[in-house]
Amino acid sequence: MELVMTPTEMQVVYEHPRSLADVPTRYCPGCTHGIAHRLLAEAIDELGLLERTILVAPVGCSVFAYEYFNADACQAAHGRAPAMATGVKRMLPENIVITYQGDGDLVSIGAAEIMHAAARGEQITTIFINNAVYGMTGGQMAPTSLPGQKTTSSPLGRDTHLTGAPIRMSEVLAQFDGAAYIVRRSLHDVANIRKAKKAILTALKVQMAGLGFSMVELLSSCPTNWGIAPEKALDWIEENMIPHFPLGDYKVRDDVKAL
Amino acid sequence: MQKEFLFSGFGGQGVMFAGQLLAYAAMDEGLEVTWIPSYGPEMRGGTAHCFVIISDKPIGSPVTRCPQVGIVFNNPSFVKYEGEVAPGGLLAINTSLVSAQSHRADISLLPVPATQLADGLGDVRMANVVMLGAVLTAVPALPLEAIRHALQTHLPEHRRKLLDANYKALEKGAEFARSMVKSAPEL
Amino acid sequence: MTKELLKGNVAIAEAAVRVGLEAYFGYPITPQTELLEHLSQRMTELGRVFLQAESEVAAINMVYGAASTGARVMTSSSSPGISLMQEGLSYIAGSELPCVIVDVMRGGPGLGNILPSQADYFQVTRSAGHGDFHPIVLAPASVQEAIDFVELAFDLADKYRHMVLIAADGQIGQMMEPAELPPMRPLRDSTPDWALTGAKAREKRVVTSLYLKGEDEEAFNLKIQKKLKQIKKTEQRSVEYATEDAELLVIGFGTAGRVAYSAVEAAREKGLRVGLLRPQTLWPFPEQRISELADCVSGCLVVEMNAGQMIEDVRLAIGGQIPVTFYGRTGGIVPMPDEVLAAIEESYHRLQITV
Repeated sequence: MELVMTPTEMQVVYEHPRSLADVPTRYCPGCTHGIAHRLLAEAIDELGLLERTILVAPVGCSVFAYEYFNADACQAAHGRAPAMATGVKRMLPENIVITYQGDGDLVSIGAAEIMHAAARGEQITTIFINNAVYGMTGGQMAPTSLPGQKTTSSPLGRDTHLTGAPIRMSEVLAQFDGAAYIVRRSLHDVANIRKAKKAILTALKVQMAGLGFSMVELLSSCPTNWGIAPEKALDWIEENMIPHFPLGDYKVRDDVKAL
Repeated sequence: MQKEFLFSGFGGQGVMFAGQLLAYAAMDEGLEVTWIPSYGPEMRGGTAHCFVIISDKPIGSPVTRCPQVGIVFNNPSFVKYEGEVAPGGLLAINTSLVSAQSHRADISLLPVPATQLADGLGDVRMANVVMLGAVLTAVPALPLEAIRHALQTHLPEHRRKLLDANYKALEKGAEFARSMVKSAPEL
Repeated sequence: MTKELLKGNVAIAEAAVRVGLEAYFGYPITPQTELLEHLSQRMTELGRVFLQAESEVAAINMVYGAASTGARVMTSSSSPGISLMQEGLSYIAGSELPCVIVDVMRGGPGLGNILPSQADYFQVTRSAGHGDFHPIVLAPASVQEAIDFVELAFDLADKYRHMVLIAADGQIGQMMEPAELPPMRPLRDSTPDWALTGAKAREKRVVTSLYLKGEDEEAFNLKIQKKLKQIKKTEQRSVEYATEDAELLVIGFGTAGRVAYSAVEAAREKGLRVGLLRPQTLWPFPEQRISELADCVSGCLVVEMNAGQMIEDVRLAIGGQIPVTFYGRTGGIVPMPDEVLAAIEESYHRLQITV
């Protein structure tokens, strides 16, 4: 027996999100930025926010994020995306303003800006890509690099006596009253990717409802700079990063739970 | 004709406001005027001063090395500025708080027990306006009426209840100066 | 309208409100803090945006964001704060966004002091940030001119899609003078066609200063240079006093220009043929007019509240045809008119001009 479906009977089960631009990205093979982009684009689509969205791109591998989304966008100085987003959002309170930042950008050079944006309860959403390394500059130590992690600027492994221990930013930001929703998810397998998508949807809903600052931290892989094959890099997230950066909800205010 | 006034005293003695009153009055009279304060940490403790220049022509520098009129409210101000008053000028001294004596023969002196006179009116904070009344009597750069008008127009809202007291202080200073000064110096 | 006795900092702030300021982001620093304080009250009561940022770094990047939406936006600071803003200023230049920055300069380098200074002439005219650009720089010498320049600054910023810096000093900021404020203007009623508003029923817009390819970056640089050339051609501004028959030309900007005015007046009373040119734009520098005057005078004296910075622009404008001398004070000291008069007399006699 032959199974033949006519075009009218076919169902679309997977398509390119409307919010994601149909252009090749510059990301390395196996990098999870692509997954994070897609999740964010799907969430923007599902909530019908594309025409209201203004994306703030960072400095780092995702510096070209403004090319990859079909939303209006601007490109911030290194670490300053939350400040730039503040300027945008204060002028356009009806719009949805999203910063997309890496760990060097958000935890190191932009630590002050993200903390004060969170403290002010700035009505913006931050997607925080934590891959424990500086990607664009070629694999240097990040404030989220793990103890003992070898990078191009810690060739003998991160010595916590000299350079401190990894900063857990979700835990830090959860302390601020202005932060409404702060969670950490991971992109290392399908189940976790689904949870990440759900979190991004919630974070955007928090902004739509004007409840305050929202951030989703996504543990991500960097096969190129870790020097690990893409598949193994996903295992590395699970085996090495999660113990240092436990997944979970660090701040879900009651008004967010009620959404 | 340009007239230069330096007001100096402790922060809280109303030095800045006395200068501002003079500036407001000059502006209301249609004259050119600049008011410039000392500012910053210098204001917190120590002496505070402001410089007021009045002119019928555009004013260049708002500060000069030797002002024609120096008005000193306390000892440190006397020490700092006594030597700087221009020859032929006037040094007005709040003798209630300044114990030092000036030995300059090339300037006119106007000793006014401003703090005591203000105390006599029931409010030591009026020493600044007493002093202004005395100075403008000795150096008639502007009529006292202009200061009264400036008080009426520019006294901050929360100080309005002090308007009459200010008028009295201004008159008290003028009265004292009239009794002291036989002839006003030529400026 | 009638004149009010206004402090420079407050006058600048209120003028900005009246010419349609929509957003202010700033950080307290002496001697400009009254500007921020005045706006904290006025902008809030008018329902406009005021935000005290966590740093000058954040403030200028908030300005960057707000300017991306086409809003009339401003920040203010003083020398050390402007140093921190240089990063954002460069991005704003690289994204061609209009905005106004007020720099109430103080003594430096380092923490320096809070006294009036012009030691940041190079910083504001040459190196407001990395990359090849100049802000338009306006230098007021009085409270009234500071007010007028606020209006001019916003208009020039919009006209050229370029940042305009108002370079005042502690004396302009702290001084009170009678001045007239502009009437209250309505806020802008249109949005420029490059502004971010959300990509609704149109192609998406991007504000960026990133051009990865050398050719693209060069093309962008040439575009900015073309704009700057046009600004240089049309926006040079200066005022003069007693230059008609002058043998010695004194040049000073802002507060130094004002002090020089007193000295030139005194020199004229002594019968010296001295004139004053006071640049109102530091960039573009009024080189056309100075070059013309160089043909008529025998010498030039530059007066600044620094160790000699604008003098380089004067020399470039004059091109070596007449001697140029310098008098300056540093450390936040404002020269007294008698010092400048002495410098005038010395320069005058060195030129061997007889009275």
